[in-house]
Amino acid sequence: MAEITLSSLAHTYETNPSSPEDYAIRKMDHVWHQGGAYALLGPSGCGKSTMLNIISGLLQPSEGDVIFDSRIVNDLSPEERNIAQVFQFPVVYDTMTVFENLAFPLRNIKTPEHKIAPRVHEVADILELTSVLKRKAKNLNADEKQKVSMGRGLVRDDVSAILFDEPLTVIDPQLKWKLRRKLKQIHEQFNITMIYVTHDQLEASTFAEKIAVMYEGKMVQFGSPRELFERPAHTFVGFFIGSPGMNFLDVTITDTGARYGDIDIPVSSRQHAIARASGSDNIKVGIRPEFVHVWDDRNEEAFEVPIKDVEDLGTYRIMSFYFGDSLMRARLHEDQRVPQKKAYVSFPEQWLTLYIDEYRVEVGDE
Amino acid sequence: MSKVQNNKAWFLVLPMLILVSFSAIIPLMTVVNYSLQDILGNSAFFVGTEWFEKTLNDPRFQGALLRQFGFSFTILAIEVPLGIGIALLMPKKGWQASAVLILITLPLLVPWNVVGSIWQIFTRGDIGLMGHGIRELGYAYSITSNATDAWATIILMDVWHWTPLIALLSYSGLRSIPEAYYQAARIDRASKWAVFRYIQLPKLTNVLVIGILLRFMHSFMIYAEPFVLTGGGPGSSTTFLSQSLTTMAIAQQDLGPSAAFSIIYFLIILAVSYVFYIGIMNMQKDKITTNGGA
Repeated sequence: MAEITLSSLAHTYETNPSSPEDYAIRKMDHVWHQGGAYALLGPSGCGKSTMLNIISGLLQPSEGDVIFDSRIVNDLSPEERNIAQVFQFPVVYDTMTVFENLAFPLRNIKTPEHKIAPRVHEVADILELTSVLKRKAKNLNADEKQKVSMGRGLVRDDVSAILFDEPLTVIDPQLKWKLRRKLKQIHEQFNITMIYVTHDQLEASTFAEKIAVMYEGKMVQFGSPRELFERPAHTFVGFFIGSPGMNFLDVTITDTGARYGDIDIPVSSRQHAIARASGSDNIKVGIRPEFVHVWDDRNEEAFEVPIKDVEDLGTYRIMSFYFGDSLMRARLHEDQRVPQKKAYVSFPEQWLTLYIDEYRVEVGDE
Repeated sequence: MSKVQNNKAWFLVLPMLILVSFSAIIPLMTVVNYSLQDILGNSAFFVGTEWFEKTLNDPRFQGALLRQFGFSFTILAIEVPLGIGIALLMPKKGWQASAVLILITLPLLVPWNVVGSIWQIFTRGDIGLMGHGIRELGYAYSITSNATDAWATIILMDVWHWTPLIALLSYSGLRSIPEAYYQAARIDRASKWAVFRYIQLPKLTNVLVIGILLRFMHSFMIYAEPFVLTGGGPGSSTTFLSQSLTTMAIAQQDLGPSAAFSIIYFLIILAVSYVFYIGIMNMQKDKITTNGGA
């Protein structure tokens, strides 16, 4: 068990990196605290798996250090780091039985046989593999094989951390949900650091206490699911988290406020002051579809907007509308009146977030 | 079981069956014909199992069969581990991989007779590099007078000629193992030996089954190479089944016993291959009886 620190870590697969784009992971510092349940969330190719492999030691970082507690482990192999990792696709030892598969990591570290059997049964019990313990792993179906792979990750109780690299990709949806619960349960039971890589926000937020969102090799935000939702630190987080993602408008800062095309958008005076002071020409305002206020009737502060369509998603509706020349979305409650053709919307100031150069500007609570 | 029975499908196999009968079964039947009758010119007598009994009791046949098994199992015992070993050592990518592949493959491209001739010259005491070299070292090496030398040389020749086949098959098998298996093994802290025993060897099973079956059948039928190299000698110490049969059929024109010999020969290869294949396939099954999975 250990606290895992990434210090000035960067990684590139190129031999002569010349621009930041050549890096799979751009220089970053990060601490994974002992005993946490973390998710590493991001789109394909953002560097999630690279980071996981660097932590486990399958990859050597090009720059910076990986530190377990206070020990630099850069030069230690995965074997020496004593870490468990579960891969995206099931890896089982074909000729061994399920029992032998689960016992394998224990036998490799010369655990006495009388301690192996109880431990294997415990893990098999959690993953519901007890009935197939005597069967050869080769003859299992994909779900069971992946459970065996996960079991091998869980069977050692002295590991520094358990890393999951999209482990539920091949599992069918119902079982997926069940296994995610199990993992969480195991985490609570054994208090082992777990880092769970996924590109599925739902998977991340049900498993993890804190989620690290990665984008183009950078960790753009690290926070609780709620923080990611309410206060996305980067436009990408706003876009990636939530369904549908956040609405963004490219605005220009005028003497009195923000302007999108020829529409004035009310922003707070502090946001205005900060945006103006930044001098940047990449300024966006963002608002979650959930926070767009849709009025029933015409009113003072509401904009009148044409509706593109309204999608019924069962318990709620998503209304798409044109704001200027950009398409925005708003979420309507189940019992809210569905506007026809035209709607009246406003953007409550406390939910309207300012982004300068893609990063959120903290204005602070008044 | 509520399997759908549709026997019409057999008709689709019919053309294939006809083709196979012309290519294999009909010629084979001629041999069966000869093995059961004594045919002289136009007269034929049914002799029952007489030719079979005669062949099985023939010391020449027994000797050749024993030598044949000795030879086949010896070369398998050497070529299979050696081939896997070479495959494990071969470079995995880059120009080195291509270069090694070509070098390894070369012996496979040499025709049997030529292999025999090459080794015949190679091992000559007067001008052969190997033969002369060994003599220079002080050992009176001779494949024409010393049976052990002859045996060792034939085995060495076969190993040289055919180990590459096993190596190539194993190499392709090794290449097809996904990287994740090696990564998982590192995470599980498996030793090098464990990686070989539990990942590489199991993943090689299928190619090795093909390799071993091919090598067994091939080596059991070996003819040209020892014939050119030693002519079956000294004495009959390197006379294997094929050569024994050829002598009987062509030189002595004993068609009845030769036909019986041929059938016995064929059945042995079939039986050994079958037993071997079933054996390997059974190794992969669950030890316990499962009630249709679950």
